[in-house]
Amino acid sequence: MARRGLVRPPTPAPERPRARGPVRPSDWPPPFSPDEVIAPPTDPPEERIDVGVAIVGAGPAGLACAIRLGQLLEEHPAVAERLGEVPVAVLEKGKQPGSHLLSGAVVNPRAFQRLFRGRKRTDELPFSRRVDHESVYFLTRSRALRIPTPPTMKNHGNYVASLSELGRWLAEEAEAAGTTILPETAAHRLLVDGARVVGVRTGDRGRGRDGSPLANFEPGSDILARATVLAEGTLGHLSGAALHRFGLGGENPQVWALGVKEVWRVAKPLDRVIHTMGWPLRSSAQLREFGGSFVYPLGDDLVSLGLVVGLDYRDSALSVHDLLQELKTHHLIRGILRGGERLEWGAKTIPEGGFLSLPRRLHAPGLLITGDAAGLVNVPALKGIHYAMESGRLAAEAVFEALRPGRTTWTPGALAGYDRALQDSFVWSDLQRVRNMRQAFGRGFWMGGALAGMMTASRGMLPPGNARTEPDAEQRLIRTDRARRYPRPDGKLTFDKLSSVFSSGNKTRDDQPSHIRVRRRVPIRLAEMWVRMCPAQVYELGEGHGDGTVDVQVTPSNCVQCGAITAKGGRLTMPEGGSGPEYTRT
Amino acid sequence: MSVLVFLEHHGGQLEKGPLGVLTKAATLGDADLAGVLVGAGVRELASEAGKFGAAKVFVWDDQSLEAPLPQPRVDALAALVEQHSFQTILFAGSVLATDVAAGLAARLEAGLNWDLVDLVAQDGELVGKRPALQDTVYADVGWTSTPRLALFRSGAFDAAASGGGEPEVEEFSAEPRTFSTAATMVEQAHEESSGPALDEADVIVAGGRGLGAPEKFTLVEELAKALGGAVGATRAVVDAGWYPYAHQIGQTGKTVSPKLYVAVGISGAIQHKVGMQGSNVIVSINKDSNAPIFEYSDLAVVGDLHEIVPKLTELVRQKKGN
Amino acid sequence: MKIAVCVKQVPEGTKRLDPATKRLDRSGEGALNPFDANAVEEGLRVKERSGDGEVVVLTMGPPAAADAIRKALAMGADRAVHVADDNIAGSDLLATSRVLAAALAREEPELVLFGQQSSDSDGAVLWAAVAERLERPVISQVAELTVDGRKVRGKRQTEYGYDVIEAPLPAVIAVSDAVNEPRYPSLKGIMGAKKKPQEHLSLGDLGLDAAQAGEGGSATTVLALSEPPPRGESRRIEGDGAVAEIVAFLEEKRLV
Repeated sequence: MARRGLVRPPTPAPERPRARGPVRPSDWPPPFSPDEVIAPPTDPPEERIDVGVAIVGAGPAGLACAIRLGQLLEEHPAVAERLGEVPVAVLEKGKQPGSHLLSGAVVNPRAFQRLFRGRKRTDELPFSRRVDHESVYFLTRSRALRIPTPPTMKNHGNYVASLSELGRWLAEEAEAAGTTILPETAAHRLLVDGARVVGVRTGDRGRGRDGSPLANFEPGSDILARATVLAEGTLGHLSGAALHRFGLGGENPQVWALGVKEVWRVAKPLDRVIHTMGWPLRSSAQLREFGGSFVYPLGDDLVSLGLVVGLDYRDSALSVHDLLQELKTHHLIRGILRGGERLEWGAKTIPEGGFLSLPRRLHAPGLLITGDAAGLVNVPALKGIHYAMESGRLAAEAVFEALRPGRTTWTPGALAGYDRALQDSFVWSDLQRVRNMRQAFGRGFWMGGALAGMMTASRGMLPPGNARTEPDAEQRLIRTDRARRYPRPDGKLTFDKLSSVFSSGNKTRDDQPSHIRVRRRVPIRLAEMWVRMCPAQVYELGEGHGDGTVDVQVTPSNCVQCGAITAKGGRLTMPEGGSGPEYTRT
Repeated sequence: MSVLVFLEHHGGQLEKGPLGVLTKAATLGDADLAGVLVGAGVRELASEAGKFGAAKVFVWDDQSLEAPLPQPRVDALAALVEQHSFQTILFAGSVLATDVAAGLAARLEAGLNWDLVDLVAQDGELVGKRPALQDTVYADVGWTSTPRLALFRSGAFDAAASGGGEPEVEEFSAEPRTFSTAATMVEQAHEESSGPALDEADVIVAGGRGLGAPEKFTLVEELAKALGGAVGATRAVVDAGWYPYAHQIGQTGKTVSPKLYVAVGISGAIQHKVGMQGSNVIVSINKDSNAPIFEYSDLAVVGDLHEIVPKLTELVRQKKGN
Repeated sequence: MKIAVCVKQVPEGTKRLDPATKRLDRSGEGALNPFDANAVEEGLRVKERSGDGEVVVLTMGPPAAADAIRKALAMGADRAVHVADDNIAGSDLLATSRVLAAALAREEPELVLFGQQSSDSDGAVLWAAVAERLERPVISQVAELTVDGRKVRGKRQTEYGYDVIEAPLPAVIAVSDAVNEPRYPSLKGIMGAKKKPQEHLSLGDLGLDAAQAGEGGSATTVLALSEPPPRGESRRIEGDGAVAEIVAFLEEKRLV
């Protein structure tokens, strides 16, 4: 029987790709193999660290999983006993929970209510304020046309929040529930024993740029667990490798968008949630510029705003960071920010493939994949946080069942309960309903808008069938003069990339090996695309070689780990734990 | 308002920092401006302080005080303050003065404000001005009781001889506490032959990517030597392996605040700026007239550093008579 | 030997001054003052070199100041003492040194260690004030520390080069950031930190009352906050005469 949902093999790269002519990032794959990231334990047995359940990522998915496990273990001491001294450990690569969390965000409180089972009042939850008013605009350079809010985007009953603050709050709840949180700890490798996932290996700390150990070198450790829950977020390092190794890929490849955002203190409070479409993105189908902006009131005098653009864009001159700066010069946005000051900046990718790009299975022996790492994002509604939390909660319940005396987490179907529960949940039904929305927009805003309207009106029944998507890295690059219109940073309303990286709190230690894997000599158009794409100015053009190729210069310490490079021909691996941004209000 | 300034000496001369503080104190309009000098063989240095405004200098000259250790000096100042009721005691920032000022504050239960760059009389009260949060904000600070202790940032004031006459020199001594003399100097510092350390240097010449190649760092080194300063480097060139990390200045390197910072071929991104924006005088040389560093330089030199720096080095050498 | 290391929790991320109280906004997340990591590391090394001893980490601050302690315990400190009292907020040097000295006197350590400065107030003054209150010798800016029996020897950097100063124990030492490279806490260390003893003390436990700490116990105050004065006119020069103009400028500023 033909297996639906077989991993779609990548279009083979030509033997020696031409440096001139049409360029696709996928023709220049990075020096990286997912097999590097999956291996058996290497520490001698007495040095291994045993925990009950290892959760990778202190985001909403990972922490919801930890909290739910804590609740279940408290009610069932017999199971808790099986898990040893550290029943639940959450590994977080950032300085602390919240340091690497970034979103808009408007949060549906549903998952919080289910997780805390009515034990917390809404005013005790770490939300900023409820959404009372919202507007959607279609922008041109000089105008802002109010359009009716698409039904998928209605936010009545939802709350504006800072995901970074949510993360910190959830981390405290998790610790109170008995979780051990390990900050500044990067999960570097997935540990396997044959076909079973047995834990993760943490990364080394204290290596110099050339890889040699420094005076305070601290090697990573093998953490062995009965169950490993990957909650790494977008473009998860181990998740990507696991999906590949265990053949879990879905019908469509996953695709991503890049979001760049800022948090501002403003003089005049904003009274509603705003979304915009149109300018500064271009509507031609050929350019594939799908996305929009959000402006959310994050408290009385704070505003969170950002621009999200699909990474299947074709123009190598496109820079989401610079488009955000340009967006701020529109009179609608400028008016909101007048008299204000920028407090923070950040960037992160978002999985956009929706239902059809979901892996066909999210479990393997000893392994579960949750949240954004699994692609559980509702693009038309711009929601992912409550799905992440619900998936984490369901993962906890599945793990718990498999940990009961007499059972095991290792057999092929042991954790299948997770997939079943997920498919029975609102997560699945929500995503299924809007499954073709994003793909429709691949045909340009106007055609996409019409299709989206049809989909909404028919509640997902029309148009029939499933649209295909191509991986972002297979889009052929073109080049326009778009960069000429980017505003010159004035340091008050608009900012350059380096001062923005500073504003993310990034203080990455310089003297460590580079965690960025890219081909270092590529066609100039590809290099230019990377230079513009990266919001943190990690890439710069180096020496040209006269044959259409150019050297790529990399400054890894600027990296805010947004993940865009992985979607567009390179590979982000994990730097030393504690590196990267230190978000507080994003 | 009676003011006492803690004077320091080195190599047979009074240190310029405290003389600068004396100069400043003289402008606050107090006839009872005094200095205090503690050490061995310092008696003859005292009169020099008169030129900078001290009407009186208290001297405690004793062999046992040769080593510049802070705690006996706390005893000395405490005794003086008790006898003469000074209301304001001023210190110029230095390794020694910092320890003395803090110890004295605890001894007298007196308020100490530090890292000040100015001191003014406002509504009959003395108000100190100090930068905070990496020089991004200014704070006005005050005292709620007397005596008031103030420690100024190194190099905050220039010493300017005002032509004052001979000061009255009064010798004094104090009974040191037992614990004050417990620490002993085993080996006293001597001038570093390789030039000042980056952290303490009065002058720093720093090189960036505009140098073009690692060999070009000799231009920076020569200029630093001519100016008697230390060499700094940006993150970009350290990343590229052109210069050791120990010389890196910036957010992930050292923070410096020398009297003079010469930036050669440095564009001046904020990651670098936060490491040197506290410098008194910033001179930058860059061929890109839009370089961000020009926005916060006192002297912005647009030109080719390969031409300018060697000539500048030569001219400085001539001026210094080397 | 008992080694006490005084550590401070400093705000994480971009530091902000609260315009209302004119004090540092400590409401957000905090972390161990990076310079104090050097002091913790040195304390651990002294203990390891001598073969036995106890490293106690001491901090004062609002109850949420636990992150600094946790990191120090994760690095290997044996226990922690946290003076947590709401009345501590707003303490200046006098009040802070008074509280710390009282807590240290209670512990009676042979060696007291401080880091070079605090990243939030850029102060390098605390240890000399604490040493005065404890009536102990103090050596600051130590780049190399040796403890030998009942003596401690510090090589310290000054404007003129390196001094070597010796003092008998008990003594107070402030280390510079050149003294060592702090170790990364091992995973076992991070996981074990929770189990190590942590004592919480109030001012009353130290025999102090509220008036001796906080604003009441301070003798200095912040009156106002403002924008730093602009650097002043930036002079721009180019062209052939540039070198001569640069030197003239330097002479004018008395830098040459």
